[in-house]
Amino acid sequence: MSENILEMVNITKTFPGVKALDNVNLNVKNGEIHALVGENGAGKSTLMNVLSGIYPYGDYIGDILLNGEICKFKNIKDSEKLGIVIIHQELALIPYMTIAENIFLGNERARNKVISWEETNRQASKLMQKVGLNDKPDVLIKDIGVGKQQLVEIAKALSKDVKLLILDEPTAALNDDDSDNLLRLLVDLNKNNGITCIIISHKINEIKQISDQITIIRDGSTIETLVKDIDDISENRIIKGMVGRELVDRFPKRESNIGEIAFEVKDWVVYDPLDEDRIRIDNVSFNVRRGEVVGFSGLMGAGRTELAMSIFGKAYGKKISGTIIKDGREVQFHSVSQAIDNGVAYLTEDRKSAGLVLIDDIRRNVSLAGLKKISKNFVVNEHRETEVALEYIKKLNIKCSTMFQKTENLSGGNQQKVVISKWIFAGPDVLLLDEPTRGIDVGAKYEIYSIINQLAAEGKSIIMISSEMPEILGMCDRIYVLNEGKVVGELDKEEASQENIMGCIIRSSNRN
Amino acid sequence: MGKLQTLFRNGYDKARGIVKNNMRQYAMLFALITIMIIFQILTDGVLLKPRNVSKLIYQNSYILILAIGMVLLIISGGNIDLSVGSIVAFVSASSALFAVVMGIPPVIAMVLSLIFGVLAGMWQGFWIAYVNIPSFIVTLAGMLVFRGLNNLILNGETVALPELYVKLASGVVPDFIGGPDSNLHLVTIMVGLLLSAIYLFTMLWSRLRKKRNGFEVPRTYVFILKTVAVVAIINLFMYWLALDDGLPNVLILLTVLFGVYSFITIKTVPGRHVYALGGNAKAAALSGIKTKRVLFWIYANMGLLAAIAGIVFAGRLNAAAPTAGKGFELDAIAACFIGGASASGGVGTVMGAIIGAFIMGILNNGMSIMGLSIFWQDIIKGLVLLGAVAFDVYSKSRAKKAT
Repeated sequence: MSENILEMVNITKTFPGVKALDNVNLNVKNGEIHALVGENGAGKSTLMNVLSGIYPYGDYIGDILLNGEICKFKNIKDSEKLGIVIIHQELALIPYMTIAENIFLGNERARNKVISWEETNRQASKLMQKVGLNDKPDVLIKDIGVGKQQLVEIAKALSKDVKLLILDEPTAALNDDDSDNLLRLLVDLNKNNGITCIIISHKINEIKQISDQITIIRDGSTIETLVKDIDDISENRIIKGMVGRELVDRFPKRESNIGEIAFEVKDWVVYDPLDEDRIRIDNVSFNVRRGEVVGFSGLMGAGRTELAMSIFGKAYGKKISGTIIKDGREVQFHSVSQAIDNGVAYLTEDRKSAGLVLIDDIRRNVSLAGLKKISKNFVVNEHRETEVALEYIKKLNIKCSTMFQKTENLSGGNQQKVVISKWIFAGPDVLLLDEPTRGIDVGAKYEIYSIINQLAAEGKSIIMISSEMPEILGMCDRIYVLNEGKVVGELDKEEASQENIMGCIIRSSNRN
Repeated sequence: MGKLQTLFRNGYDKARGIVKNNMRQYAMLFALITIMIIFQILTDGVLLKPRNVSKLIYQNSYILILAIGMVLLIISGGNIDLSVGSIVAFVSASSALFAVVMGIPPVIAMVLSLIFGVLAGMWQGFWIAYVNIPSFIVTLAGMLVFRGLNNLILNGETVALPELYVKLASGVVPDFIGGPDSNLHLVTIMVGLLLSAIYLFTMLWSRLRKKRNGFEVPRTYVFILKTVAVVAIINLFMYWLALDDGLPNVLILLTVLFGVYSFITIKTVPGRHVYALGGNAKAAALSGIKTKRVLFWIYANMGLLAAIAGIVFAGRLNAAAPTAGKGFELDAIAACFIGGASASGGVGTVMGAIIGAFIMGILNNGMSIMGLSIFWQDIIKGLVLLGAVAFDVYSKSRAKKAT
């Protein structure tokens, strides 16, 4: 038998227009804890989805060897049969079912299709004991905390006779005690039950603490694998591996012409709309000047979108407090339309589900936020609307057959240009751009960067949220680093680097 | 020979292109005409006799009015209102209360009843838009509540209404030109000619304006053909009515409502907001559209239209009755879906809802003339509804694959 329980050989996975994984190799030794680290979008989750059969055999190139044998998974069931279980960041538990029911979901303890509740509860209790869960098996999932829910997921994995357990950001939503508890459990399961683990995490300190090997992925390729006690696995070393890429000239040049402060937010506090005790934005203050492009960097879930949307007419969050000052005057946005009327625009990160009316044509999408400007006594001037659409199609170089083309039939880049047109036409002074280049190809990205530069040159203030660090570094005059709802760093263009940004995030995470 | 063939070929391709591109728009009209022809044959020509054409209008007027309000709800994202039948009853009952029991002049009683309808709509709009209760549940509750209120007011009895109600629902425009003895209702003919002139004028004007602004306009012969066809249909229709009793009052009401609501949905900002809300509620909200307010007002509007339908129906019945309006909601909803509205929202037109309502109406009327049992009528109507929507879904999925 091979020393490696798992070998993933030259895995390549492409999505339309994007190479998500490019010849990735991953070797996991039997009985170890193997960490997988990398930036957002580096390809970690895609790799794990390939491994667990979410992307079936034939959908990717390369081989998966389990104990030296090639596997061809068609779906998750196939991989689970061989003992590979993945626990996703978003837990897959059903809130209104009990712990026991969830543990055996899809794997029910039944005789002749009739569930034996005695057996279910007995076996559930056993598994729960193993993972240190002291509740009764008939407690509903919604009544226990996230930490315990995570334990239920692990118990569920154990019920499937797991050999290789994959955890995607298991501690992202947990507090310190729960995190420590979970990590201890993993080490325990690893040592005493011989379960091999792959853990994906942004928290470098916990990775250092528990893993035997660390594989770093960047831009869809394996960079290196560091071995504990042999290689240097210091924070700096890992960060360098994660971000150390060459920055080529992917960003159009811009002469910054920065004026006075145009928009300022002070002491901004926002609570979660679903859980009003959970603070999402914690006392954030920032400002942006005329003609300035300010970036917000941070990991997924840092609260960047929540911050932007809560400012944009309270489109997100509850119990919002803080001050907004625009052009030296305090303003309040109680609704989105008020924010728009005051010259603020927010470009959503999800253009398909929240940016466009996909079944409508380009013309109607462009005019949607600015209908007031082309109507009189509530009657839309369709001639004017047509002129506007034609103007923006030309100005932003939207590739389409006519302006009557439905936006659902446009490419991602052109769809984004339509949404940007909508906001430019609304006539804002301050634009909050949330992931303006997500999921579009390199050429269209360059065009969108040029549009952003053009807007800044016209004296507008741009706030740009992006998970792509090179983009933030290449485009912004100033960068705020956000982590767990707080501003944990403010960097000038000169001092900003990927290492610095990551450093800010990791230092603040470790402090907690 | 070869040349002629290419010519035919080109013409055929072009025609196919036009039909294909406007498939959904024309499909419903085509279905309406087909059903008309089928029943014209099956009823031995009774269907399109002047008497029966008038009857079709009288019989379906209230469903048409309800369908206009309902289609707005469906466009806004698959919302429906199950309570409209009960509101129809509630409004006719309150009319009886005001006009008969309290002795208020009929016109004022009508206005008060309309206000009652709007309040009923606002009540439901409040729960749906601001408390986030699914429309299905709120209007199901409304269906019970307003039916109960109707019975409470009428005490379970039937009350006869003043003359004005009957005039509105079943009366015709007086023929002050031809006089009461004329075989042909001359005012109706005049109205037809007047409408033709207005139509001709607006079409020409819009064409000129488009040309001046440098927009593409249809070819001259297409324009002439279309205009001639519309003018012919208007005049033929009016002539037909003139052969019977003449222009029904309720048809004027219907035309005004149709015009106003078509204008609102196509040309105005609030209309756009309804479509955007149904097309993508999140995107609409993030574009500054006050989605809750829109939802609230379209329900208030549904209340208003249900009240108008209630007054018309009470007039048609010549009474306020406890069972008035039962099942109207389903006819109105079916009319919208047959008329091409999409259950997922964002798609639909007032015109489509009207066509849908007429398809339902002709099915009802035609099958009754044929003496088909009421059981079979329900089965056939149900299958037509299912077939229409299935066809729509199918053609949509075809269109998606094509791109």
